Amino acid sequence: MIRPELVCPAGTPASLRAAVDAGADAVYCGFQNATNARNFPGLNFTLPELEQGIAYAHARGAKALLAVNSFPPAGETALWKQAVDDGVRLGADALIVADIGVAQYAATRHPQQRLHLSVQAGAPSVEAIRYYTEEFGIKRVVLPRILTIPEIKALHAEIGCEIECFIFGNHGLMAEGRCSLTNYVTGLSTNMDGVCSPAADVAYIEDAQRNLTVKLGEFTMDCIACGGMAGYPTICKGRYLAPHRDDGYYAFEEPISLNLAELLPDLVKAGVTAFKIEGRQRSRAYVKAVVAAWRAAVDNIMEGREPRIADLLAFTEGHKQTQGAAASKRWR
Amino acid sequence: MTELTLGPILFHWPAEQKRDFYFRVADEAPVGTVYLGEVVCSKREPFFAPHLPEVAERLTRAGKTVVFSTLAEAMIKRERKMIAEMCGQDDFAVEANDNAALFHLRGKPHRVGPFINAYNEETLAVLAAKGATNVTLPAELPGASVAVMAAKARELGVGIEVQVHGRMPLALSARCYHARAHGRVKDNCQFVCENDPDGMALTTLDGQPFLAINGIQTLSHTCLNLASELAALDRMGVGAFRLSPHSGDMVAVARIFRALADGEIGPGEATARLGETGLDAPFANGFYHRQPGYRQVAGTARH
Amino acid sequence: MATDLNASSIRPAAPGAADALARLALAPVPLFLMQPVLGRIVRRIARLRPEIFGRIGPHVRKSFQIDPVNMPFVLVLHPDPANPRLCAARRHAAPRPDARIAGNFLTLLAVADGRLDGDALFFTRELVVEGDTEAAVCLRHALDDLEGSIADDVADMFGPPGRAVLALLRRVGTPNEGR
Repeated sequence: MIRPELVCPAGTPASLRAAVDAGADAVYCGFQNATNARNFPGLNFTLPELEQGIAYAHARGAKALLAVNSFPPAGETALWKQAVDDGVRLGADALIVADIGVAQYAATRHPQQRLHLSVQAGAPSVEAIRYYTEEFGIKRVVLPRILTIPEIKALHAEIGCEIECFIFGNHGLMAEGRCSLTNYVTGLSTNMDGVCSPAADVAYIEDAQRNLTVKLGEFTMDCIACGGMAGYPTICKGRYLAPHRDDGYYAFEEPISLNLAELLPDLVKAGVTAFKIEGRQRSRAYVKAVVAAWRAAVDNIMEGREPRIADLLAFTEGHKQTQGAAASKRWR
Repeated sequence: MTELTLGPILFHWPAEQKRDFYFRVADEAPVGTVYLGEVVCSKREPFFAPHLPEVAERLTRAGKTVVFSTLAEAMIKRERKMIAEMCGQDDFAVEANDNAALFHLRGKPHRVGPFINAYNEETLAVLAAKGATNVTLPAELPGASVAVMAAKARELGVGIEVQVHGRMPLALSARCYHARAHGRVKDNCQFVCENDPDGMALTTLDGQPFLAINGIQTLSHTCLNLASELAALDRMGVGAFRLSPHSGDMVAVARIFRALADGEIGPGEATARLGETGLDAPFANGFYHRQPGYRQVAGTARH
Repeated sequence: MATDLNASSIRPAAPGAADALARLALAPVPLFLMQPVLGRIVRRIARLRPEIFGRIGPHVRKSFQIDPVNMPFVLVLHPDPANPRLCAARRHAAPRPDARIAGNFLTLLAVADGRLDGDALFFTRELVVEGDTEAAVCLRHALDDLEGSIADDVADMFGPPGRAVLALLRRVGTPNEGR
């Protein structure tokens, strides 16, 4: 059995060190600008911070991957080219790209640089993936969270590149890289600005009875009764009214987290090379606990034991977990 | 002359209604190009497939350019096969809406649809080098970037197209939200989407109209209207304006935009008349102005 | 080991006792005695870790209210690099802040320590964010990037009695840790 790589989120230098110390095989991070899909305020790396972060990871045998995985709008590509050049210069072990233009730039300007295809590229099929591997020499694809294990296995046989898949964290169902919902409400784009429900447009309004109204821009995403669980203030996790429903319902998805702990051995058998943990926006407490738990789980399966993941429910959105698409396609 | 195009019908209308719609378009609508094909859901495709040759023939005979649009999302075997077959035929031009279609169409002339992420001039150059002759830009691309794309397209010899009317496509998913609203899943959906010819209204808990659900697709509640921006787009070199079909009077919509493009009426009058063509939703043009997409930005005579 | 990973297990098990202890430790301190110490805390962080202001970014001129809801006071923070201020105020007399972060005292302490995850506490409604959400998020990320424990730094400033009180608070607040 091939030993899968554990790829862990690093939103800040402290999180990067926490992830590496907790046993990450690789960390992924981004610059403090629109060039990555987690361009959240207060998060991410300056140039010197990334340089130090990469050195820290390398000194401990871990890889550092740089996400340059948003889509530059025409006329503004210079920032993305700079991010690619900086990532190469600082020695990132791979650049995670999504945009065809960015991929082309990286592949032609830095032919030796290893490239991964971001989940943001929206490539869930053999043909879509092969478009990127054949045109830009992509070495690994990060799969969207919508495939069953047999589907992943079938892909692996045909695409000729490594597969990385999400095993834990935020569980969104909108096709990545193809969602303009945030831009529709806030004027900032997930694809072009790297933001999803930007905090500047989020308002939490709690009344005297501790009922919580969550607003994004001018639209109400949800009203949570006192004692109810909150989730991220994203449009796709909100509750709405529809003609055939008596009450507000989760029209897209309820607040829930992905957890594929029990499927780890099957994923390895299906040909998955790397397991990805979501959560660059999370705290170092999350990174430390979650990475340590998955480190133990991966080590367990490599030694033929049960994954036996520690209880991570407390960290999950809505305190609910799902195996998502991986186990069945009944959710579609 | 600037061309008007009619985008693919995004919604699940009964096959006969679609056929009659296209017959009327062939006879009466001043559009140069008509995009045919099921873009949103592979399960819907068999319904209209028997009518497709007849409709394509009738439109071609009426002098329209017929283009087949691929699915916007291909995952399972049936969807991949649909895309491969469409890309494999040579009778009609094909518009790629999923990266899988780009894979098949490399090296032969084709079009690129609004569901492909063509956000910048570098991407445009790659697409052109692979055979793209016409690219419809993503709905959220702001006007300033449209101008850069149009300039680059001229250099590359590629046509640029922009949607100017109809609900804006905002998101795609593997899950069917129409089925979900009815307590079902995609596999046993019973085609409940057929009851919502312009999408199913999604309203916030405090009663504000918000989005429109169309199977796996999410659209805006508001209706895109770039009547006021048409002249600027024309000056940038955008060569084709796309109208996205709704259940209202699309022939009337096409005539209004034709008159506007020809300078017979102004944007104010065009907008007033568009308001009478059927879709009960406010107009919006925010994306063009790099503002929230649902907003209608006034005083737009720029450039 | 596994219990350490379960955030719910390191939440105050006996809030009543913890509250009483925290009150005992802090409530009798008159606010005017707290002010110089609080001022020293922020100036010290500003001196040792100036990069914190980079993460707070455009929000350094804003005011933040840290509200330990079970304490008789709130903390008011102005993370202005030129003049960083932290002071205590009576809740009813506190000026309206740009952003407010509220929660149980021990919860806030654990977040500041990097022992609990802010998002997880927000999901369970144990942490409340009001006002300028982006400013609050920036402050959270900035504090999270400060390795080591702010609480330790603070306790150090009180000398051995400070460290003893902190140790006591943590023991009450985190019954499963270290067992």
